[in-house]
Amino acid sequence: MARITAGITSSHIPALGAAIQTGKTGDDYWGPVFRGYQWVKDWIKQPENMPDVVILVYNDHASAFDMNIIPTFAIGCAERFKPADEGWGPRPVPDVIGHPDLAWHIAQSLILDEFDMTIMNQMDVDHGCTVPLSMIFGEPEEWPCKVIPMPVNVVTYPPPSGNRCWMLGEAIKRAVESFEEDLKVHIWGTGGMSHQLQGPRAGLINKEFDLAFIDDLIKNPERLRKMPHIEYLREAGSEGIELVMWLIMRGALGEKAKEIHRFYHIPASNTALGQLVLEPA
Amino acid sequence: MSGPKDIHEYLAEFDDIPGTRVFTAKRARKGYWLNQFAMSLMKAENRERFKANERAYLDEWDMSEAAKQAVLARDYNAMIDEGGNIYFLSKLFSTDGKSFQYAAGSMTGMTQEEYAEMMLKGGRSPEGQRSIKEGR
Repeated sequence: MARITAGITSSHIPALGAAIQTGKTGDDYWGPVFRGYQWVKDWIKQPENMPDVVILVYNDHASAFDMNIIPTFAIGCAERFKPADEGWGPRPVPDVIGHPDLAWHIAQSLILDEFDMTIMNQMDVDHGCTVPLSMIFGEPEEWPCKVIPMPVNVVTYPPPSGNRCWMLGEAIKRAVESFEEDLKVHIWGTGGMSHQLQGPRAGLINKEFDLAFIDDLIKNPERLRKMPHIEYLREAGSEGIELVMWLIMRGALGEKAKEIHRFYHIPASNTALGQLVLEPA
Repeated sequence: MSGPKDIHEYLAEFDDIPGTRVFTAKRARKGYWLNQFAMSLMKAENRERFKANERAYLDEWDMSEAAKQAVLARDYNAMIDEGGNIYFLSKLFSTDGKSFQYAAGSMTGMTQEEYAEMMLKGGRSPEGQRSIKEGR
């Protein structure tokens, strides 16, 4: 039986990818961020922690989806996904290799479970998907595991509610556990934390909100399930809404989760960065 | 989710956030072609054609004159007023070789250095930035 063994959160900002590409990972600005990620890089290299498959929850930043198609929840069922050209050429990273058997199994199970997924058989993946892979796996020739990309709309309003995201996570757990093959599956929730990229209020950071969000993600997710969008917007900035995706990760871990690792850092370009490792408890 | 289930109430709350334009359906419709123009810059050959003659390239799109002027001036606040979304517009500033921090900073009235310095000091405080009506 397949099972979800860990949940990871990570920033996915393009500046991290650019720092790797330009050799700035050790400088005064980016050094603390990359040193902060060393723990998870070492942890995931241990055979007992290395997943067979990562379900990678992220938002597409107007790369695979333009204004013509806006799926609330999509799942990548292809054999492979190419890095998208987002205006400066594709990121020089390996193709993301999918797991079509598990992805289709999850897609079918979720639809029967009343989550009407959009199935993607052809999709380029942008920094939202590839930057977390680089941050956690470094710069290998090939990614060390299969990846099922799961894009969520948090760009055009309304995005899904936190509670809906939580419930999708619960349904993903049920789907994974009904897959016959013995697989270790991770679920990653990416994006966040507090940040705003637009308008005169750009640059907003709310450390108090972020730390309370992390604490409650682990101990009191009921509060977060009920948090309305307006609260994310007021407290965590317009792009802080990405944090609803963390609730998909958390919902998939089950009712109780334990904190294995936490790294929080300000600033990463325009954002506050939160990198957690959780396990089902 | 707590909060309004009625879409009118849900949307009305967004106008109470200082210095922020939430990407609602109304904005998405207004900015449809501006955003699709920006998406076209994901192709290298389109970036070359745009750089060679920006005005001529913009004229191929069914955009308002105000949106075209905002693009030519690289006025990101004006582009957002025209229905642009930052993730779509990122293709434009990436074509220019600029970062998200450059583009975000350009919308605040601060210089790039002042904005970077604010971020280094912990970013913009949410105090007074949450609600216009409630002044908090």
